[in-house]
Amino acid sequence: MQFDAKYRGASFAELLDVDYPYLRPDWTDLSAGFDPALVPHGTTVLGFKYQEGVVIAGDRLATAGHRVAARHMEKVYATDDHSLIAIAGAAGPAIEMARLMRIELEHYEKIEGEPLELEGKANKLSQMIRQNMPAAMQGFMVVPLFAGYDLRRHVGRLWGYDMTGGRYEELDYEATGSGGLYAKESLKKTHKKDATRQESLAMAVMALVDASDEDRATGGPDLVRGIFPIVNFCTRNGIDRATEAEIEQVYRSLLAERTTQNGRGAQ
Amino acid sequence: MSMPFYVSPEQVMADKAEFARKGIARGKSSLVLACDVGIVMMAENPSSLQKIGEIYDRIAFAGVGKFSEFDQLRKIGVRFADTKGYAYSRDDVRGRSLANAYSQAVGDAFTQQMKPLEIAIVVAEVGDDSLIGHENNAIYRVQFDGSISDHEGYCVIGGDADDLMDFLRTEFRPDMPLGDAVGLGRTALQRSADGELSVGPDNLEVCLLERDRAGRKFVRLASDRIRELLGE
Repeated sequence: MQFDAKYRGASFAELLDVDYPYLRPDWTDLSAGFDPALVPHGTTVLGFKYQEGVVIAGDRLATAGHRVAARHMEKVYATDDHSLIAIAGAAGPAIEMARLMRIELEHYEKIEGEPLELEGKANKLSQMIRQNMPAAMQGFMVVPLFAGYDLRRHVGRLWGYDMTGGRYEELDYEATGSGGLYAKESLKKTHKKDATRQESLAMAVMALVDASDEDRATGGPDLVRGIFPIVNFCTRNGIDRATEAEIEQVYRSLLAERTTQNGRGAQ
Repeated sequence: MSMPFYVSPEQVMADKAEFARKGIARGKSSLVLACDVGIVMMAENPSSLQKIGEIYDRIAFAGVGKFSEFDQLRKIGVRFADTKGYAYSRDDVRGRSLANAYSQAVGDAFTQQMKPLEIAIVVAEVGDDSLIGHENNAIYRVQFDGSISDHEGYCVIGGDADDLMDFLRTEFRPDMPLGDAVGLGRTALQRSADGELSVGPDNLEVCLLERDRAGRKFVRLASDRIRELLGE
């Protein structure tokens, strides 16, 4: 503890950069030629608006090249009581970014005595992605989604990003990661803004199943091991995570529907 | 060439201590009370400049004296705790280590700076039944000269701290319901208000470290809630 610490602001990431640089790994020195496929990557996450707020979901698989790196990976993290981040890309830096984001929001709130606005939080994430840009150029890209319930405007909001930190507020739905394109195509057909919680759960599960069907790096629900995607709802009342039993039920009825429609269950 | 006057170290320390004591006694008291749901922290404070603040999941801070000085200490504490929690784990952030760090820093300032800090602070940590060895509450007080003490159940800083400590010594009961604790705190703070009934929901700052809350246990109570607890 020191009175002569240099940093006096309210940002935790800046505090580390200024006073504790040894706690902030510098990815820019990674030698060129290192194969990014050797490190685990998170694959598909998605978000969309629904009746009560916003849904954000992700599969559980982490892949390193053609290898399964982790089957239980968590890609959706609460950053505070009313906001969430979903991560895709190089798993290590992505998890670190989610963790730092959470501490950043809490730190700001404690130092300043009041929380950031949702827009301010989304913007902060932009800066973090921009800081990761040198690493992204070497293959360690992190492209998250950010969502939350705006307590001032009384509405769920959702942002997508690009690797340069570009921030795009989405009005309906967005998905990212290796299977993001397929998840988005699925949501394009199913999404409706006034969907109920149950309908939203079905949309989220279907989009992730569709993504895992087309993208080998994305993991669908795994009935053998009992592994299910993470689906979180963010409303005025906070964050509510769908139970595995709920997801399993939705998944089983989706399987049944697809199996009967087409003898072999494939589309 | 003129020689500086010699002043004995004892005299320097005594002067500094008197200076700091005067500054702290001018302000109002803050107090901390353990109760059935956790730890309640109270200050008579009509302004929006807060004397009580969240440090970490189970840890809170209360300061008296010069606002700019104790608020800086609060922020240093938040930085200390967040950095530690980031480098290790959230459960590794402990009140005792924070209170010790405060004691060192405030003590160093007392001996090395011309002007001592005109503050007294409390670090309160609510127990957690799932953390073996940390099931009990801990309350630490750090004075302007860096002296540190730990307290069971209650602690007062600032204003007529000694008088209020004596009062609580006879009135305090372990595991009081929250409403009773807030009532007792109000009565205690009232003592230094010249007997006038002036301490109430509108000028009370009340925060709670709630034992059974998950994660961040710090809650700032709104004046409606304070009114309700005081039965007004």
